[in-house]
Amino acid sequence: MNLESLLGLALVAAAMVLILGYVAAVRKWEPRALRAIQTFQSLQRAIGLAVEAGNRLHLSLGRGNFLSSQAGVGFAGLSTLDLIARSTSISDKPPISSAGEAALSILAQDTQRGAAHDLGGEFDPARAQLTGVTPFSYAAGAAALLGEDEVGASLLVGSLGSEVALIIEAGERAGSPALGGTDNLSGQAVLYASAHNPLIGEETFASGAYLGAGRLHHASLFAQDVLRWAVILAILAGAILKVAGVL
Amino acid sequence: MKNPLLTAIAMAVGIVVLAGYFLAVDMLLTLRAILIEWATILVAVALIAGVINLFAVHWRKVTRGSAGGASGSTQIYSLVLVTGLSATLIVGGWLGPTHPYALWIFNNIQLPVETSLMAILAVVLVYAGARLIQRRLNLLTVVFLLTAVVVLLVSGPLFGFDLPGLAELRAWIGRVPAAAGARGVILGVALGIVTTGLRLLAGVDRPYEG
Repeated sequence: MNLESLLGLALVAAAMVLILGYVAAVRKWEPRALRAIQTFQSLQRAIGLAVEAGNRLHLSLGRGNFLSSQAGVGFAGLSTLDLIARSTSISDKPPISSAGEAALSILAQDTQRGAAHDLGGEFDPARAQLTGVTPFSYAAGAAALLGEDEVGASLLVGSLGSEVALIIEAGERAGSPALGGTDNLSGQAVLYASAHNPLIGEETFASGAYLGAGRLHHASLFAQDVLRWAVILAILAGAILKVAGVL
Repeated sequence: MKNPLLTAIAMAVGIVVLAGYFLAVDMLLTLRAILIEWATILVAVALIAGVINLFAVHWRKVTRGSAGGASGSTQIYSLVLVTGLSATLIVGGWLGPTHPYALWIFNNIQLPVETSLMAILAVVLVYAGARLIQRRLNLLTVVFLLTAVVVLLVSGPLFGFDLPGLAELRAWIGRVPAAAGARGVILGVALGIVTTGLRLLAGVDRPYEG
């Protein structure tokens, strides 16, 4: 095993230990309070409105290829979709989702079908669509969805590039504010400039914990935070050692 | 109710593929290669299913019209999509994707449409920048917009004027703050992917019906 593999395995093992440790600790103590993130507060308001005012929520899952690292943010989007579908189950208008990757659209259908089945509702396959397979065809298809249905808010969680601006602009015209984050750097910059409430970097993966998906989501957020601090300290230590001439 | 058998299969496959990345055991490597090959085939099959779903959704809009919840313009867009998809499938499937007719469709329809959308994107981004000042005027917004202006001025000098020091400033922005910020975002995303992956392996998140 080379050093790279060893470090990767150590990172995964550390994350697992932190998650399990947090779950065990929460049995004895109260879970830690989460810092306020404006985007999730807005999302909770949008979910409330979807239930009370009959507005539909749209979730854009992006174009993350399942055979690459983009799958991670795609799964985070699917997890958010599941939570939203369950939270708005009593609404007249269940959420709709759009994807630019076929496997993602099939999993989105399965997620929404599962939520509808568990809660005794009916599922319509048109609620989870593959809107296009190239960046711009996907964005154009998703933008058209926003104009057709009474969408109250649009959540964008997935691998989205700069084409996301077209979806957000269509949402603005339809009166549906956009919230969300992506793993793509150019998409991140565009979201920062155009979305009502952008999520930055790892915040994109925190939706489960903020939407009350349970203690394992809290635990994974805790692991994420601890590991982030560990990486920051490692970078600082490296910089100091470099300046001191040790490295 | 999730199916425990499907969950167990998904978890086992995930663990084998993950272990195959870190441990150089022949059996694990072979198994990982086979599973990834299957996944590649399934992704290709998923594309066919996705396109059928896309066709079905728009066919329903065309045939049911307002009864299916589609407005007049939506019906026309859906008709264009259904016709375009059918024509491309027939031409590409019958004559092959490299036939001049198939290439004509790509070069004269798809390419111009996507290029037009890219041009619209440029306008939308300028508009988004202006709206950002209105919506969230703070120090970060000012820094963000000033950086965008500097990069734009260096990338495409206005009327051919090249302001002294601007190219150096743009190079420094790319080398120091932009690289540092990008690495920070990438590290955060990587950690998010690790914890999301672990939740999937533990069967906490199950984006399959089961």
